[in-house]
Amino acid sequence: MKIAVCVKQVPEGNSRIDPGTKRLDRSGEGALNQFDANAVEEALKLKAATGEGEVVLVSMGPAKAQDALRKALAMGADRAVLVSDEGAAGADLVATSYTLAKALERESADLILFGQQAGDSDGAVLWAAVADRLRLPVVSQAAEVTHADGKVTVKRQTEFGYDVIEAPLPAVVAVSDAINEPRYPSLKGIMGAKSKPQETLSLADLGVEADRAGEQGSRTEVYALNEPPARGDSRKIEDDGNAAQAVVDFLAEKRLL
Amino acid sequence: MTTLVFLEHHGNELSKAGLGVLAKAVALGDSNVSASIIGSGVRSLAEEAGKFGAAKVYVADDAQLEAPLSQPRVDVLAQLVREKDIDTILFANSVLAADVAAGLAARLDAGVNWDLTDLVEQDGKLVGKRPALQDSVYVDVGWTTEPRIALFRSGSFDPSATGGSAEVEDTPVQLEDFSTAARMVDQAHEESEGPSIEDAQVIVAGGRGLGGPENFTLVEELAKALGGAVGATRAVVDAGWYPYSTQVGQTGKTVAPKLYIACGISGAIQHKVGMQSSGVIIAINKDPNAPIFEFSDLGVVGDVHSVVPKLTELVRQRKSA
Amino acid sequence: MKPSDFPPPFDARDYVAAPSDPEDERIEVGVLIVGAGPAGLACAIRLGQLLEDAPQLRERLGEVPVAVIDKGKQPGSHLLSGAVVNPRALRRLFKGRKRIDEMPFYGPVHRESVYFLTQGGAFPIPTPPTMKNEGNYVASLSQLGRWLAEQAEEAGAMILPETAAEKLLVGDGRVRGIRTGDKGRGRDGQPLGNFEPGADIVGRVTVLAEGTQGHLTGAALERFGLGGDSPQVWALGVKEVWKVARPLDRVIHTMGWPLRPEAKYREFGGSFIYPMGDDMVTLGMVVGLDYRDVELSVHDVLQELKTHKLVRGLLEGGERVQWGAKTIPEGGFLALPKRLHAPGLLICGDGAGLVNVPALKGIHYAIESGSLAAEAAFASLQRGQTPGTPGALSGYDEALKESFIWKDLYEVRNMRPAFGRGFFVGGALAGLATATKGRFPPRDLHLERDADAELFRTDRAQSYPAPDGKLTFDKLSSVFASGNKTRDDQPNHIVVQREVPKELADLWVRMCPAQVYEAGDGDGNVTVEVTPSNCVQCGAITAKGGRLTPPEGGSGPEYTLT
Repeated sequence: MKIAVCVKQVPEGNSRIDPGTKRLDRSGEGALNQFDANAVEEALKLKAATGEGEVVLVSMGPAKAQDALRKALAMGADRAVLVSDEGAAGADLVATSYTLAKALERESADLILFGQQAGDSDGAVLWAAVADRLRLPVVSQAAEVTHADGKVTVKRQTEFGYDVIEAPLPAVVAVSDAINEPRYPSLKGIMGAKSKPQETLSLADLGVEADRAGEQGSRTEVYALNEPPARGDSRKIEDDGNAAQAVVDFLAEKRLL
Repeated sequence: MTTLVFLEHHGNELSKAGLGVLAKAVALGDSNVSASIIGSGVRSLAEEAGKFGAAKVYVADDAQLEAPLSQPRVDVLAQLVREKDIDTILFANSVLAADVAAGLAARLDAGVNWDLTDLVEQDGKLVGKRPALQDSVYVDVGWTTEPRIALFRSGSFDPSATGGSAEVEDTPVQLEDFSTAARMVDQAHEESEGPSIEDAQVIVAGGRGLGGPENFTLVEELAKALGGAVGATRAVVDAGWYPYSTQVGQTGKTVAPKLYIACGISGAIQHKVGMQSSGVIIAINKDPNAPIFEFSDLGVVGDVHSVVPKLTELVRQRKSA
Repeated sequence: MKPSDFPPPFDARDYVAAPSDPEDERIEVGVLIVGAGPAGLACAIRLGQLLEDAPQLRERLGEVPVAVIDKGKQPGSHLLSGAVVNPRALRRLFKGRKRIDEMPFYGPVHRESVYFLTQGGAFPIPTPPTMKNEGNYVASLSQLGRWLAEQAEEAGAMILPETAAEKLLVGDGRVRGIRTGDKGRGRDGQPLGNFEPGADIVGRVTVLAEGTQGHLTGAALERFGLGGDSPQVWALGVKEVWKVARPLDRVIHTMGWPLRPEAKYREFGGSFIYPMGDDMVTLGMVVGLDYRDVELSVHDVLQELKTHKLVRGLLEGGERVQWGAKTIPEGGFLALPKRLHAPGLLICGDGAGLVNVPALKGIHYAIESGSLAAEAAFASLQRGQTPGTPGALSGYDEALKESFIWKDLYEVRNMRPAFGRGFFVGGALAGLATATKGRFPPRDLHLERDADAELFRTDRAQSYPAPDGKLTFDKLSSVFASGNKTRDDQPNHIVVQREVPKELADLWVRMCPAQVYEAGDGDGNVTVEVTPSNCVQCGAITAKGGRLTPPEGGSGPEYTLT
């Protein structure tokens, strides 16, 4: 079974938005998006359960994104593909999903995994868009995934409890962070990661037209950054026996009760 | 502007969050706001949509749409948008809605902005407002083409009963093969212990100020009365008073419910970063200098052991009235 | 009562062992360097340079000729210093390859001032000759470390962060390598779902560049009998990095307030305030850990310092962006081990105690000692000798003794011990020592162990400012500002006795800048609660009655600007 895992590098530590470009400042050290680590872990588990197969990482980003890929390779993934092209910068969901779909088409994986959300607040819900472009079934919020007989059975977490959904392969599954505890890469794994195959592709390599990628291919834009709206006046009262009533009145005033 | 609002339902009720978005659409000035209701045996819900502001309701009623799966809904909406020349599609966020909105964006090559808390007309453009970086900054976002898709933070707007009635139209249902490949084997049963901390709209959390693990019952009772979940600070989880799955904070969960009540919690930054985006924050602590009072909307300087039970009782009374 | 009356249940021998992994599972490298600080990285860089011209040796060293392991999340995460760096050792290391202006410095020192502070005033005093900084550069050691790591990688070294060195592997009387710490254990040491056991890393030469309170360095000194006659002593430094509204035009050092000059308190130290470019400033408080007052909290003394009008003015309109703490070895020449090599082993940098306290310099000694260690290791390997043979690495000690490191440290050897007599007497003694370039005093002064300082309690804590969240801060939010996000269920890596007299418990509570310790109430003995996930691994506890051991690799602070 071939499993493709879509991973993303995010800046280490505290993120900030670059006031010039109004996009996330990616100049800091990169780390593997913590939620993608869950996806990589799940892929490794599924591969182990099947007894054979390949786990390939697919990512889009600047050349530095190699560092995040290396960590996932150290965990045990077999190979990495990085789409790195200046023309892909500034891509929104529409452009990113288009480019990523092309890269994934190339792999023809049986199962495509995503992590729950990107910690840097770009690219959440990418999986549904990618699945649509690939014309594959998609199941998200997976808290448990099992594979047998050419299909996956997913325990999916919703606001109302757990659904159980079956999808035939090939399929796209987005895992939640409740699904597993990602393994620590072993030292041997870390040292061996460097020699695992890592491919870098340009947009041209994928056949992605310039006007469908990056800023050109995006359908949304950022206008301005603002201070968050003030929280409003903060009230502080002392309990003289009536505080509870004051709280209830406050809740009613805020239409929370 | 021709707006379509995606309305979700659970059981026999339209979700409040969706109705709130409907109210927003109407407030934006579109007098012809339409809503879409998709499922099986859902026609009766169309009337309610009309009462809450929809001028027209497109009903897609089909057995294949019974399970709350996203891809068939993308098919229905895509067709609707193309046929009816819709330029703006609005969603209230939910696990289902997020997948539908993103799938639709790909299907139509339409820009989607999510996690919005507001939508306004500015200089002739439609501008979405969204928080970023743990709510430390707000970003103005927009669309460069139509149709435009917007996904709002759940609960951003309140429904507004206009008492109107809507024209109901049946939407033809034509589903792609790949959209019906996934099937629901077992649909979620209502959680018996109340919402999980991640999804809860109300969280009541306890900290060291409670005094001891036995006092967590105060927190549990209040949470139950409010229909919310129980949260805990790192200190009490470390001390073994409550499980790690309820820990809110830097090394626990990050939550943003509409209401967060902090009982006996000092408000150290490690905790604050896990809940500072909550809609309304109420703190009860006997230390008037506790840092939590600096970022709570209402602070009560008092003893949790006397304030919380009283509060629970009053809430119960109010709810049963 | 003194802290050494309650020694921690720690035995260095537990951290020395023979390799235990089966031979084919051991990770083999050529030269293993423990610590990606300036000493370790300089060693890696110098080795890379030497191996460039020795391809046969390079091949003999295997797939990974040079490996550097570090317990921090990435190089720089656990590096903290002032710092004003003497570029001498960097010039030598990068001769013909990189210029100073290509290194991440915040500019040369143009002006400097030294003030003696009182509560209300600041009296400029002439800069003591040992402290003159002309020709030196302001740096963030964390940033410099990251840059050095890049250079080391370019020079061919493999850097392995998030890897703690837990045990020294010794066999046949020589150092074989180290064993890394386990990952994925729970609070009680039990293996969790993602448990990953440590591994043996073996190499021909092991270089310990662990920095202050080096864990394996301590074990090695004991195991090979390398310790000198004098114990090592330490100071604790707590610092902050601020974004400021107006640039600071000079490097500032202060003495005096808020520290007390009387001999009985033994509050030796002072503060530093350095500009980092035009829009940032770093400031810190350094106090010797031989102090005696239970209520002394270096973190809070730093907060107090900021309320002085001189400092407050500098920070007005600014914002704190980072905080951190670390100990500094202060024993100098007198506390150096009698040898810094053993079969298969070399020791460099702060771990060896190569710090010039009166000049406040250690980074360039670390770098130079790393370079010298590389040269000694290379020479020994080149000769075909096994560096494990006794004496094979003696070239290192010889080179050190010929270097400027030795000369500098010898000259100032009695200055720190002089300050055991209090600021004024100490100042006078130190002044005489400086004037005579170390010939005075005629007999070397004596260093006492920090943990042997008799404790007493004063009302000192009353002067600590209540944190306002803008100028002054509490410890917990400071831990947050160090980038520390260690998981809460890690095993406890701090070894202390848990039932101790209240006085000792309170000492630890105040001493620790990260609020790791909490003391119960009571008259006799109380229970000490430990929150290990707050720990920023400064090492203060090791000086004052406990022992810091390395926690899980990757945990602790994530410094970037310190």
